[in-house]
Amino acid sequence: MLALTLLAAPVAGQVASFTVTGDAIEAPLDGLQGDPVRGEAVVRNRETANCLICHAIPDTAERFMGEIGPPLAGVGSRLSPGQIRLRVVDPTLWNPQAIMPAYHRTEGLVRVDPRYRDHPVLSAQEVEDVVAYLSALEAPRR
Amino acid sequence: MTRGGWALLPLLALLLGAAEIRPTSEYLSPEIRAAQEDPSRHPGWLWVEEGEALWRRGEPSCATCHGNIAGMAGVAARYPMVAADGTLLDLEGRIERCRTQHQGEPAFGRESDALLALTAAVALQSRGMPVAVATDGPAASFLEEGRRFYETRQGQLNLSCGQCHDDNAGRRLRGDVISNGLGTGYPAYRLEWNTMGSLHRRLRACSLGVRAEQLPLGSREYLALELFLASRANGLPVEAPGLRR
Ligand code: HEC
Ligand code: HEC
Repeated sequence: MLALTLLAAPVAGQVASFTVTGDAIEAPLDGLQGDPVRGEAVVRNRETANCLICHAIPDTAERFMGEIGPPLAGVGSRLSPGQIRLRVVDPTLWNPQAIMPAYHRTEGLVRVDPRYRDHPVLSAQEVEDVVAYLSALEAPRR
Repeated sequence: MTRGGWALLPLLALLLGAAEIRPTSEYLSPEIRAAQEDPSRHPGWLWVEEGEALWRRGEPSCATCHGNIAGMAGVAARYPMVAADGTLLDLEGRIERCRTQHQGEPAFGRESDALLALTAAVALQSRGMPVAVATDGPAASFLEEGRRFYETRQGQLNLSCGQCHDDNAGRRLRGDVISNGLGTGYPAYRLEWNTMGSLHRRLRACSLGVRAEQLPLGSREYLALELFLASRANGLPVEAPGLRR
């Protein structure tokens, strides 16, 4: 289905190179360690990642969460960290039809606002932080 | 086809995966929808009244050539359209032409209160009438351009218009319910803007939303896109002047 190994073009050192295995990127980007607390802040940030325009997270205090993507509660039980990493880096590597934006990609995009050109939405460190946060969102044990 | 056959058409469209296109008013909250119908609760009516006054002002005035503004019924439903000289004109563009060529006055300028006011007043005359833009003849190549723009994934967030306005219509994007993105309610008073605004201003907001280049008001790209949006709305009612959150 998908080529097993895809290397992201290293654009001015801003996009980490990675290896896709099945539907996952197993190795942390640039070997970085993620921090779940920072990751939650990234997910909630309305200026940058803006995940909540499309997703709901398990927190009743947050208003106006979107319903374009699946709710992220329990996602750490459904997907491995590597699978989450791939979906945040570039979901089209797994499903070309994916609606979700690629957060760590700069190539092959059309008509990008000059202010954002050649920059991924999230840095390698931010991706790792998000992966750490989401991996810890486990389904409640019954 | 029999009556029963026609009744099955929507079901058939669903089975074929064709996106169903619904009038924008059906996506509005009940409060906004009610206020859109009620001049006493629709701040856009200030622009309508100003537009009706402008219609009668000047030498010659719009009314000198066109008579009562009620005679404009059905006009907005046919825009954008290709003018005799091959230019694709939206309603604003047409009004600016009358202003410069027939009234000998400087153009109002896109997004000026005067142009929004006249456009709203003219569009109101078509309220409830079915959109009926021409898509053949000289319009065909513009339509194709607009379709390509609509279907192209774009911006840093790599989304096409249709991924939101077809695939996710009816769902919530943060606080908004996504409509089919028809443009039938423009110019519209948007509470977030605190003023009346054009369709192209709204398109710039969607471009910004996906972090794509924002094109100029009245640009060829947005005009062609507007024609494609209107072609999707053919047969559905004009709702201008709209009210939006
Ligand atoms: C424009 C809408 C949109 C935005 C913004 C968005 N997503 Fe998604 N997300 C989706 C959709 C839709 C899916 C389902 C797969 C698809 O079609 O892309 C998805 C799937 C996912 C999945 C897989 C969930 C599962 O249960 O399989 C994860 C994890 C995820 N998103 C995380 C994120 C994070 C983290 C962000 C922000 C950094 C984000 N998303 C921003 C729309 C979005
Ligand atoms: C990430 C999702 C998304 C994308 C992509 C998107 N839009 Fe929108 N659009 C919205 C939302 C949300 C609104 C406000 C709710 C509504 O009216 O649909 C909106 C509003 C509109 C409206 C105004 C509808 C009304 O009656 O007020 C038009 C027209 C429109 N979009 C057209 C487009 C076009 C054309 C494109 C592509 C260039 C596009 N949109 C891309 C989400 C999106």
